[in-house]
Amino acid sequence: MPDPSFVFAQSLSGLTAAMFLFLIASGLSLIFGVLRVLNFAHGTFYMLGAYAAYQFVQWLGVGGGKFWLAALCAAMAIAALGGIVERLLFRHLYGKEELYQLLFTYALVLILSDGAKMIWGTQQKSVSRPPGLTGSSMLFGATIPHYNLFILLLGPAIALTVWFVLQRTRAGRFIRAAALDRETLGALGVNVNALYTWVFVIASFLGGLGGALISPMRATTPGMDTEIIVEAFVVVVIGGLGSFWGTFLGALIYGQVLSFGILFFPRFSIFAVFALMAGVLIIRPWGLLGRPLK
Amino acid sequence: MLEVRDIRKSFDGFLAVGGVSVKLDRGRIAAIIGPNGAGKTTFFNLVTGHLKPDAGRVLLDGRDITGLAPHDVCRLGMGRSFQRTNIFPKLTVHENVQAAFLSHRGRGRDLWSRVERLYREETEGLLASLGLLEHASETSGFLSHGAQKQLELGIALASEPSLLLLDEPTAGMSATETRETIRLVERIARERGLTLLFTEHDMEVVFSIAQRITVLHQGLVIAEGTPAEVRADPQVRRVYLGERQ
Amino acid sequence: MGLLARVPWGLVILAAAFFVPAVGSRFYVFLANDIVIWALFATSLNLLVGVTGLVSFGHAAYFGIGAYTTGLLMKKLAVPFLLAFPAAGLLAGGFALFFGFFCVRLTRIYFAMLTLAFAQIVWAICFKWNEVTGGEQGMPEIPYPDFDRIAALPLLGGWRTAEYFYFLTLIAVAVCLWLLRRIVGSPFGRMLTTIRENAERAEFIGVNVRRYELAAFVLAGAFAGLAGGLFGIFNRGVFPDFAYWTKSSEVLIMTLLGGMGTFYGPALGALVLILLNQQITSYTEYWPFVLGVILVVLLFVFPGGLAGAAQAAARRLGGARRA
Repeated sequence: MPDPSFVFAQSLSGLTAAMFLFLIASGLSLIFGVLRVLNFAHGTFYMLGAYAAYQFVQWLGVGGGKFWLAALCAAMAIAALGGIVERLLFRHLYGKEELYQLLFTYALVLILSDGAKMIWGTQQKSVSRPPGLTGSSMLFGATIPHYNLFILLLGPAIALTVWFVLQRTRAGRFIRAAALDRETLGALGVNVNALYTWVFVIASFLGGLGGALISPMRATTPGMDTEIIVEAFVVVVIGGLGSFWGTFLGALIYGQVLSFGILFFPRFSIFAVFALMAGVLIIRPWGLLGRPLK
Repeated sequence: MLEVRDIRKSFDGFLAVGGVSVKLDRGRIAAIIGPNGAGKTTFFNLVTGHLKPDAGRVLLDGRDITGLAPHDVCRLGMGRSFQRTNIFPKLTVHENVQAAFLSHRGRGRDLWSRVERLYREETEGLLASLGLLEHASETSGFLSHGAQKQLELGIALASEPSLLLLDEPTAGMSATETRETIRLVERIARERGLTLLFTEHDMEVVFSIAQRITVLHQGLVIAEGTPAEVRADPQVRRVYLGERQ
Repeated sequence: MGLLARVPWGLVILAAAFFVPAVGSRFYVFLANDIVIWALFATSLNLLVGVTGLVSFGHAAYFGIGAYTTGLLMKKLAVPFLLAFPAAGLLAGGFALFFGFFCVRLTRIYFAMLTLAFAQIVWAICFKWNEVTGGEQGMPEIPYPDFDRIAALPLLGGWRTAEYFYFLTLIAVAVCLWLLRRIVGSPFGRMLTTIRENAERAEFIGVNVRRYELAAFVLAGAFAGLAGGLFGIFNRGVFPDFAYWTKSSEVLIMTLLGGMGTFYGPALGALVLILLNQQITSYTEYWPFVLGVILVVLLFVFPGGLAGAAQAAARRLGGARRA
């Protein structure tokens, strides 16, 4: 019987991982819900967010709240990148077959991740934790870094903010309407094209923010994009493609399955995750909280 | 030949078809009419197996086919044309019809023969009777609307059905095209001894060839009988007031 | 133009391919061997994507299964190639039957996601099952088939092992492509295209769409497995990344690059992509970047791929033959 404080630590680490996954997956889910496209490049936006955070930290330093500024700037830079990509390139593929749209997002992965290599090289980059959150505490016998705890609070806070925007603001209503029936929305005179661009921008912001926030916790390396995108796919499938809280739930489940999977079935934890994804698709394709596609 | 007993279907609480019964004898021509949203296409989908009914039975020649998949229903001798033109756009006209022959004659499991020369005579014969032979090697997606609808009919006929369901066969056609199509349909039905069930908006068409008419309104049958009976029915007149062509 | 179309180009290219070891260096044989195997892999995927209209993100799973099957049989159980090779196709086809059964019940994006999930499961098993698959390290040193008896025959002596293997690959792939060509040009193949064009209509000419899609899935998986079996030997080792999703995307890109609308398009895509890769990596390490740009250009300008563009050009010159 494993030691309870160890279980607690694992659970907490699973929750922390879930928060990051949620940030990325929510952007993925948003893009899918409205644009009906699975954006392979989303993991790359996450990676670029981490690199951008590193870069801003290099320029601004880390002390006195600068890290948070750097993270925000990084997220906004990625948001801008997403908007540009959508506006200039992706928009022209809307009428075409889904396969072409998917392959375009994959082409973005190739271009952007190599672009990152060109700018930052292949060596690992690290970002130090912001002062004030560098310590750790003993909780239930386990050592928990303060930064992780902060993320555990920040994650749901961001989730609630995004949810609030989607539910209560006009823009949010349009986004939800577009997810349900974009033709009617267009017929009602809403500028659907601009809406799509904004969706891309917001989703890229979330992805980039996830990358920026994770940079003090994990090394920033090339290849983190292809790793994370598959994880994001699993989360979105479990929770339900296009469902916001589904993504949150999916991320939580994934985080726990992975961290406890490693604990009890160390060799098959990755297998378990994909088996879960396959299982959901077989039994209930639209996920736990999703709605069947039209 | 076709008997539908009390068929029912709801979507999320909305009753699309509620307790409709239809009887059709072999060799007859019948029509289902009704205003938009009356449930005609849903009814067709229930009969052909595209939808599973919530209640009721569909019998083809006495055999219960309720809930069978469309491909099985087709193999039992029911053909269908669709309201929105449903063809194989990137295939040529010839290939469209040939595909139906291939499937119907059980060649689908053949992984070896070369497909080009199979059923050439049958396909060309059918195309000729529809007046489409000259377009045989054209890509079907580029055909005019009227020609596509005729091709649609051709595909349905190539499955050599004994019962043919036509969903708005003259939708979107000009008056001339409509007359030609209906004449064609009637001739083919007579030549092949087909039983025909169709839905239509064009009342002239309906009254000119249908032997029995069922009128649907909001998912329910409000009248049924010969064209004369239906025309005189007061409920039908009320429903159609303002809907006259 | 008609005369040109009557030349059996397939046979001509095959014959030409046999001469590569005679005129080219070791490196060219290596490259040609790579191209030929990927040509089979890509053509097998096209049976799903181009012919039936089913986009699979997990085709590499069957490639990997084929590779591990042949590798395991030949390396650990000393099974001769003539048995180990078909076994790759059989096992891959078997897995395709099992996975495909679930996949074809879904549509579009869910179908694609499930194919991806199954492929990642295969990858995860290969990655972690150290005892059988060698785990992360894979299985290096897969033996070549035994060519001694062939080398002893009168006119066939004097080549290096790698070259014998190249000839073997050529023959195997040529036979497989010929079989695939028959399948695509058969009534069965025509039924598949009706599914791609309009699945609803196909149902109503009596096509049991799910069953045909499953059949296509199994055939595609089996041929991918055969390609994998060859590749494991060629690559001198079998590794888990053979089944990873990026491998699936590589082969998908080849198929698109060459053109999904023609039979030989994917093979052409394999040729072009591998040659481009080889050329460009000699100038720069940023091959993915270049590939990404090429892909973008392709998607915007030549969605029919190279073969599609060539066909369109030929049509404009008058009288081209449809594949």
